[in-house]
Amino acid sequence: MSGVRVLVGTRKGAFVLTSDGARKRWDVSGPYFGGWEVYHLKGSPADPDRLYASQSSGWFGQVIQRSSDGGRTWETAGNKFVYDGVPGTHLWYDGTPHPWEFARVWHLEPSLTDPDTVYAGVEDAALFRSTDGGQTWHELPGMRGHESGRYWQPGAGGMCLHTIVLDPARPGRIFVAISAAGVFRSDDAGTTWRPMNRGLTSEGIPDPRAEVGHCVHRIAMHRSRPDVLFMQKHWDVMRSDDAGESWQEVSGNLPTDFGFPIDVHAHEPQTIYVVPIKSDSEHYPPDGKLRVYRSRTGGHEWEALTRGLPQRDCYVNVLRDAMAVDALEPCGVYFGTTGGQVYASADAGDRWAPIVEHLPAVVSVEVQALP
Amino acid sequence: MIRVVLPAHLRTLARAGGEVKLDVEEPVTQRALLDALEADYPMLRGTIRDQVTHRRRPFVRFFACEQDLSHEPPDAPLPDAVARGAEPFLVVGAMAGG
Repeated sequence: MSGVRVLVGTRKGAFVLTSDGARKRWDVSGPYFGGWEVYHLKGSPADPDRLYASQSSGWFGQVIQRSSDGGRTWETAGNKFVYDGVPGTHLWYDGTPHPWEFARVWHLEPSLTDPDTVYAGVEDAALFRSTDGGQTWHELPGMRGHESGRYWQPGAGGMCLHTIVLDPARPGRIFVAISAAGVFRSDDAGTTWRPMNRGLTSEGIPDPRAEVGHCVHRIAMHRSRPDVLFMQKHWDVMRSDDAGESWQEVSGNLPTDFGFPIDVHAHEPQTIYVVPIKSDSEHYPPDGKLRVYRSRTGGHEWEALTRGLPQRDCYVNVLRDAMAVDALEPCGVYFGTTGGQVYASADAGDRWAPIVEHLPAVVSVEVQALP
Repeated sequence: MIRVVLPAHLRTLARAGGEVKLDVEEPVTQRALLDALEADYPMLRGTIRDQVTHRRRPFVRFFACEQDLSHEPPDAPLPDAVARGAEPFLVVGAMAGG
């Protein structure tokens, strides 16, 4: 590997951070799409120079951007996201029926094998796919059309399909997560879906163990063990060893088990990272100390990683898509904050340093190891 | 030629320097103007009006000749001064954000 490229989406544009394999000196380029919210940008595993970005604005709606040269230049792709058939209704915050309305793309997940195939998770929650490099988008209607769909309700950030995980071992298997419906899995390339929430417990919904209705914040998988999933739920860090069929809590000794991102070490499938946040109404770290927690045992036992991170007067948040790992040796770990810092660790979390400190609020962080 | 002034973010998206000039067949209406604009600048589709319903986005307004034309029917003729190219048609992003 010759270097890394970190793709940062913020409330006011996108930034591309690049470095060599040492990951000490960084070049910062951007803002791209300045003034627009960039919820997510991500590169194709099959072609690292093919990037997709979700650019949106309360004034001008949704735009999809595509780069074929690693982010140096961009071209607009298709932005027509139309729900399949008659959209129907889901439930609004007050429990009344509310029509499905497209708001924005939260997450773009390029295919593992084809640079022109990319999935989009959108608000109001639905899954779309493009097979022509983002020019045209078609809903996978079985997702939103699940029999539970009319009872889904939004989380505080909107009713968004925010996580898409593609199984590298079973090409037809897709996991998605929706706030606040939960995890769903398809084994037939997105045609039909089943809820995968057994074992989750959520106070604040009528049946805390309901099949659907949980505010899952993010799920993560190590590609070598696709049946093992890790989850940061609204509260609780969870683990599944059977591809989502059942979940067990692994919050262990975390100072708080509320949070947004969760990720897995690139080379150690049992090593996972979370950023504990004080509570759902106090979206900042406990005690003003920004700490990443690492478990080398797949959960339960956690250690605080603090070297290089602010340990006083820090009241930023780290959002669900704002953490990523690279595939270099040793594994690099990255996260961005709502205060505009992007931190990097080139030694699997032992020591941290900011790459940039004064960006707009960071919404997403992805990283690519470059050949 | 019809003159259209886009808000800064849409000028950037369209890679248009200043005013946009369009050939629009008569009668010159809001719908005909936006159809021509989106034909010449397809990256603007969906940013001014919904791609399916063609309803104006809520925070976008249309001004011309010191009038707010935002709520005019899309097939109503635009002012003569716009149709003659004497005055521009302004697409405006509503001021918001505190």
